[in-house]
Amino acid sequence: MPATTTSAAPGAQVPAHPTAAPAAARRRRSRHPARTGGLVYWLYLLPGGALFAAVIGGPFVASVYLSFTKWSGVGDPRWVGLANYDRLVHDEIFWTSFKNTVAMVVAMVVVPTLLGLLIAAVLFDGVGRSFHPRVASGLRAAIYLPQVLPVVVAGIVWGWILRPDGAANAVLDAVGLGALTQDWLGSPGTALPTVMLVMIWVQIGYPVVIFMAALQRVDPELYEAAELDGAGWLLRFRHITVPQIRPETFVVTLTCTIAALKVFAPVYALTRGGPDNVTNVPSYFAYYTFFKKLNVGYGSAIATVLTLLIVLVTLAFLRLQRASEQAEEGN
Amino acid sequence: MADAVLAPQRTVRAAPDRHRRGAARWLVLAAVALVAVLTLVPFAIMVLNAFKSPSDYSNGGPLSWPSGLYTDGLVNYWRTSQYPLKLWNSVVISGSVAVAAVVVSLLNAYAIGIGRVRGRMSIVALFLLANMLPQETIVYPLYYAAKQLGLYNTRLSVIIIFTVVQSAFGTYLLASVLGTFPKALLEAAALDGAGHWKILWRIVFPNVRPTLSVLLIFFFVWTWNEFFIPLVMLVDNSTQTVPLALAALQGDRLMDAPTTNAGALVSLLPAVAFFLVFQRTLTRGVTAGAVK
Repeated sequence: MPATTTSAAPGAQVPAHPTAAPAAARRRRSRHPARTGGLVYWLYLLPGGALFAAVIGGPFVASVYLSFTKWSGVGDPRWVGLANYDRLVHDEIFWTSFKNTVAMVVAMVVVPTLLGLLIAAVLFDGVGRSFHPRVASGLRAAIYLPQVLPVVVAGIVWGWILRPDGAANAVLDAVGLGALTQDWLGSPGTALPTVMLVMIWVQIGYPVVIFMAALQRVDPELYEAAELDGAGWLLRFRHITVPQIRPETFVVTLTCTIAALKVFAPVYALTRGGPDNVTNVPSYFAYYTFFKKLNVGYGSAIATVLTLLIVLVTLAFLRLQRASEQAEEGN
Repeated sequence: MADAVLAPQRTVRAAPDRHRRGAARWLVLAAVALVAVLTLVPFAIMVLNAFKSPSDYSNGGPLSWPSGLYTDGLVNYWRTSQYPLKLWNSVVISGSVAVAAVVVSLLNAYAIGIGRVRGRMSIVALFLLANMLPQETIVYPLYYAAKQLGLYNTRLSVIIIFTVVQSAFGTYLLASVLGTFPKALLEAAALDGAGHWKILWRIVFPNVRPTLSVLLIFFFVWTWNEFFIPLVMLVDNSTQTVPLALAALQGDRLMDAPTTNAGALVSLLPAVAFFLVFQRTLTRGVTAGAVK
């Protein structure tokens, strides 16, 4: 940063200035941005703010309003009060879709985070050290690959693999487990667990990459000291790795939880919520209600409940994070 | 002995580490390698079937080795989906969004981080909230408005929407970066008579360019992979993107096994190529984003 050298200059320069008054005025102005709000800075928020109001703020308010109406998209919405919400509470598909959200959280948050923690630690601490860091980063790249592609493309490939005459059943036949073959995505018993497995495959690379980056931040002397004290791998994992990368763990679980609550494309590509709604999720349910059933009011109610859930989960997370940070400082 | 060769930089340490002893480390390697292989299997199956003729496929099934290199599936998909047009649509949409969203993020963050406008904490919170909002909550009003304004089924509609969605995240990230911008630099520039507009482009912009380029790449990739809003907004061949094209043809009777797999292959190639080119920047960016 070459400019920092000039920062020592102001004090020396000002008196040398021919007229003192404008220099003082300029200095006052120069202090301005460092403190609070010159009104002029609101101009910079104008384009972003206007776009924000048009694309997110306005539509969000409109959607909440629509959730209290009955509307098919043409004509005028008719105010119906809480009727949509009353219907939601008694709608079995609604409850199924939100119950499936829990399954998505398991498949997209719980399993990938736990597995990712283990894989990252093993890659970093085990493979990276005892073989070559290149081996570790090669394996990391392979595991991360599904994260790179458009998730709907992944969904279509998996949908094809899992067809009754697809590769999954062919593999089972080939290894003599032909008795296990079935219509993985088509039968109510296996559809949801199968979608969950695909989501684990999609998601696992994200925590692995973040955790491996986080581990680079940890002081290697901690590990060396622990090793000298005779701490085994498991002990080091529990008492060094896990606590040290707690901030990243919070970020990963929060972002993945929000992603799990919003999941749409894989369900669209794999099952369209079927068979018989066993894999339906709130976002697909809302989409279907908007654009296939043309029931905009009811769809808006579903979307509003989903938003509320996401905001509540996020607030709970942030509170939990703060509590944990305070507990850490207390120690 | 082998250890010393494999890990020359660690020869100082004499403490016995069970991971550098014999069988255990190979077992660990094998376990992780197995996970990696399992991750790659679907890709292998896809590539295998992308170049297999329909008759090979119906005779041997999805796991058989093709009797020859069959490229008609690829050609088929290229033509039916008008792939070059889809690629162009994706490039135009993602490229415009990436640039526009970075500019909007920078302007917003300049007002918040350096201008320190009143109520900036609530403004940042608002942007953060917008970033978490499920797109289902805004999609119908947007769809309706786009139809009224004649923007339905145009690339512009999607460009505007994602510029805002991505810049919500960009503003959040950049505002905290600019909040720690060295004051001495700003004061020196102001003393030299630079106005706020000049300070933004001459002082702030060059200093945060690395962060902006990470954001640019992120916005491009995220927009490229978006599905839900493009699915609603873009309904015909002339506007659809690469991922949409594949989904649109899913279940079509023209899509036999080789064509489906070839389609999936060409649909994911740009994303993978992009990842390989920018791998370093992206992993660095992932780290930058992870620690708030």
